[in-house]
Amino acid sequence: MINSKKILSLFAAFMLLGTSAVMAQGTAAAPTETPEQMWTGVGYYVLLVLLICVVVAVIGKILKVYDLTLQLQGKKGINWNNVIGIICILFLIAGLYGAYWSLTVQGNMILPESASEHGSKIDFMFWTTTVITLIVFFITQALLFGFAFKYRGSDKRKGYYYPHNNTIEKIWTIIPAIVLTILVVFGFFTWRTVTNTTEVKGDLNIDITGHQFQFELRYPGKDGKLGIVNYANYTSSNILGIDYKDRNSFDDLKADTLVLPVNTSIRINIHAQDVIHSVYLPHFRVQMNAVPGLPTFFKFTPTITTEDMRHRLDKPDFEYLLLCNKICGGGHYNMQKVVRVVTQAEYQDWISRQKPYLTDKLKEELHLADAGQKKSVGQNRIALNN
Amino acid sequence: MSTLAVHDHGIISHDHDEHEHHYDTFITKYVFSQDHKMIAKQFLITGITMAVIAMLLSILFRIQLAYPEKTFPLLSTLLGRFAPGGRLSPEFYLSLVTIHGTIMVFFVLTAGLSGTFSNLLIPLQVGARDMASPFINMLSYWFFFAASVIMISSFFVQKGPAGAGWTIYPPLSALPKAMGGSELGMTLWLISMVCFIASSLMGGINYVSTVLNMRTKGMDLWKMPLSVWAFFLTAILGVLSFPVLVAGVVLLIFDRSFGTSFYLSDIILNGQKMTFEGGSPILFQHLFWFLGHPEVYIVIMPAMGISSEVIAVNSRKPIFGYHAMVYSLIGITTLSFIVWGHHMFVTGMNPFLGGVFMITTLIIAVPSAVKTFNWIATMWRGNIRFTPAMLFAIGLVSFFISGGLTGIFLGNAALDINLHDTYFVVAHFHLVMGSAAIFGMLAGVYHWFPKLFGKLMDEKLGYLHFWLTFICAYLVFFPMHFMGLDGVPRRYYAMTEFPAFNRWLSVNTFITWAAITAALAQLAFLYNFIHSIFWGKKSPQNPWNSTTLEWTAPIEHLHGNWPGEIPTVYRWPYDYSKPGHDTDFILQTTPYSETMSSNLPHDFEDNPAGLEHYNQWAKAQKSNEEVK
Repeated sequence: MINSKKILSLFAAFMLLGTSAVMAQGTAAAPTETPEQMWTGVGYYVLLVLLICVVVAVIGKILKVYDLTLQLQGKKGINWNNVIGIICILFLIAGLYGAYWSLTVQGNMILPESASEHGSKIDFMFWTTTVITLIVFFITQALLFGFAFKYRGSDKRKGYYYPHNNTIEKIWTIIPAIVLTILVVFGFFTWRTVTNTTEVKGDLNIDITGHQFQFELRYPGKDGKLGIVNYANYTSSNILGIDYKDRNSFDDLKADTLVLPVNTSIRINIHAQDVIHSVYLPHFRVQMNAVPGLPTFFKFTPTITTEDMRHRLDKPDFEYLLLCNKICGGGHYNMQKVVRVVTQAEYQDWISRQKPYLTDKLKEELHLADAGQKKSVGQNRIALNN
Repeated sequence: MSTLAVHDHGIISHDHDEHEHHYDTFITKYVFSQDHKMIAKQFLITGITMAVIAMLLSILFRIQLAYPEKTFPLLSTLLGRFAPGGRLSPEFYLSLVTIHGTIMVFFVLTAGLSGTFSNLLIPLQVGARDMASPFINMLSYWFFFAASVIMISSFFVQKGPAGAGWTIYPPLSALPKAMGGSELGMTLWLISMVCFIASSLMGGINYVSTVLNMRTKGMDLWKMPLSVWAFFLTAILGVLSFPVLVAGVVLLIFDRSFGTSFYLSDIILNGQKMTFEGGSPILFQHLFWFLGHPEVYIVIMPAMGISSEVIAVNSRKPIFGYHAMVYSLIGITTLSFIVWGHHMFVTGMNPFLGGVFMITTLIIAVPSAVKTFNWIATMWRGNIRFTPAMLFAIGLVSFFISGGLTGIFLGNAALDINLHDTYFVVAHFHLVMGSAAIFGMLAGVYHWFPKLFGKLMDEKLGYLHFWLTFICAYLVFFPMHFMGLDGVPRRYYAMTEFPAFNRWLSVNTFITWAAITAALAQLAFLYNFIHSIFWGKKSPQNPWNSTTLEWTAPIEHLHGNWPGEIPTVYRWPYDYSKPGHDTDFILQTTPYSETMSSNLPHDFEDNPAGLEHYNQWAKAQKSNEEVK
């Protein structure tokens, strides 16, 4: 009785799905018109799923019939505890192998060695944590599925009444606590060194400003100093809002590629104009959000030139990347800059060819304003001298 | 209190007479029901519906990630302007990601999980006739329902649903011009969340007060099942942290609609200078994560409680270290309030603060580790019965280990610099709170289905459902770790703009097909669920031979749960396979006086009279034996 009901309801479900499949086919008629497509239309896939459902239902019925015949013959039915126990152990073996495969094959596709000084500290930390966690991962998963297999149920046994053991519990509270303390202390000091960004003389300051969906770069000119920026100075020809009352601004340079001299301490000053962006330089283990109204910075020292990295990886077209890593709107997925690490000499050569932000057009605009402003600049100076 | 005394329930006093003579109409029984069991079903079915919707959304964006260059004319038929020419638009992709996350975290794993099982189990497991306030309980569901409708309705507005990510960081979410998803869709998102939080608070207050005030005779806190402990602590967590999100959301509404500058400062959008001044986007992040981090524990703790229960019942063993399990839950509850900053290591928060948050974050791994070891120890030398619920509970433990371990990387501020917002994070939280919590929820559904609907679900389909989902979830999320380690950012519409990421395309395709298989596996569950409600085998009174109170209530639901007096509780909920007893479980309602042969001195720790009685009995036994 129940079976016929079941079959009926299955049939009803298939009919329902079937009609929706027909409808889907109707709507999917359009795709078949476009040639050279591997997609044979949605109807095909829906039918495929239905077929799988039928196969599963048939297998289910066969199992049931088999089980019933066994019982009719006076034998025990299928022992599902054994079946599942065995699947557990098979899953454990396959899963451990799969994890190993994934770790070795995909694990080889990860970022190359760090190209910055602090990055190697982070990498060391990373590998330490990886080793510890992988050991715990393999042991605990093996115990979990091993126990599931070993202690699979049977009518002959009873569970072992073992409500608690304070010693064991203390041990497995204290051991993780010690391991974590080591990681915390280790991590805390690494973090402090990485973020210890007191300004030192000789740092190369570079401004990175994010807006939808582009980064703007600003290098200091000959004076080695960046001028002040303020969003209020924004005009269509002064998109960064550079304050030209500040003398340091006059020779600030505009660049398209983030070119960095190797083995020099770089301090990137990060700004955002509209929404939050994130300056992410994965190869240098550098990331800091760009927050409107809250300038941030990150200090690091690149150690491997692009050329060198290409040799090491044996990839002639390798480039370091700067990418946006905080959701910032529709163009978020394509907000990038190429980063190039070069020798000091190459850098000097490159920087000398960059154009200043103070274009002729901007000069003209400012000149008009200058007439009125010169006086106030003078007054400011007097005020400062006082 | 002498638990040994034989209690005589001679004459039953009917203190709940008012329950017996009222007639339910269709509306009061199925729609505006105030019965906790019906409300639990409402939460469950709404939760499952939302889960299916959110799952379909994820399949849509997985297809985009696997075939970024292909067009699917069906998509443009289904989605219209959101998929011009058969390809998702980048902004709609972000909307999909946002709504998928929001629905899964809040509507499925908070309301669907706590709403269902706290409602069903708290009164039944502590021995109460209903929630402390059935009316507020009903309101809680209907606010949740309204929130769900509003959230889904945002798919029908011109510019599409909210698209700033489920964390809706301003200024992106605050400036309607910043993206299509920040226009009306975001307004609807905010309204929906306010309704949702109202619902969650009403539910939480009810759960807390029911657990504290309405336990039956003998049910002291240390006799409560771990599931109730988990629901109780979860509710406390929710009551304390959700209001902070309301504050954050209300300020965001002010910024969006009334021109205030709580989160905004110095903004130039599309060449337009804005007048906002003096606000801080970081403030929102603090407010958001002050809820957001406890929220992940709101999601996982009920799932942990359910699994503790399911693992003990089906291993036919007491849960190992019951007290340690409770204390670790309390520890997690407390610590979860002081770790929120680990979401903000690289957002411009003071680095010193980052160091502090890193310490608290890694401390929270200790109670989590204790829980994991205790689950495994519970299975050790058990007599494991593989019901589908048990399998899902084992699945939870496995996911919790895999995802929890990567938390040690992300909680470390130094490592987080390079992992923040990459696929490593996606893999981490989908395993540790996504998959683990949904497996806890499914374990609960399979285990308490007989209590919810009086029917049994089909076990074989349950096995199929489990293995497919479990394996596919690993196939989906395990490879993502390595994408993250290669620096692939999350929330990217396509990787095609980066030649360096091209090699991950085949992995992305693989992940998508694993995700589609997992989604299809849910058909086995949905069919099983719906079919069993109507045509399932009738369940016996106590299908799993469980000790807890809910299985003493009659199968047929009745208002007030137990006919006659509420049973009295005499013992803890984990007397499984106690030596000396003839069956392998002893109900919580069985007094020690009826189980002389299996009593242990330990059972009378806080009961000197009982201990004396026990010692006398033991002595008598001994002398009897000597006589023989």
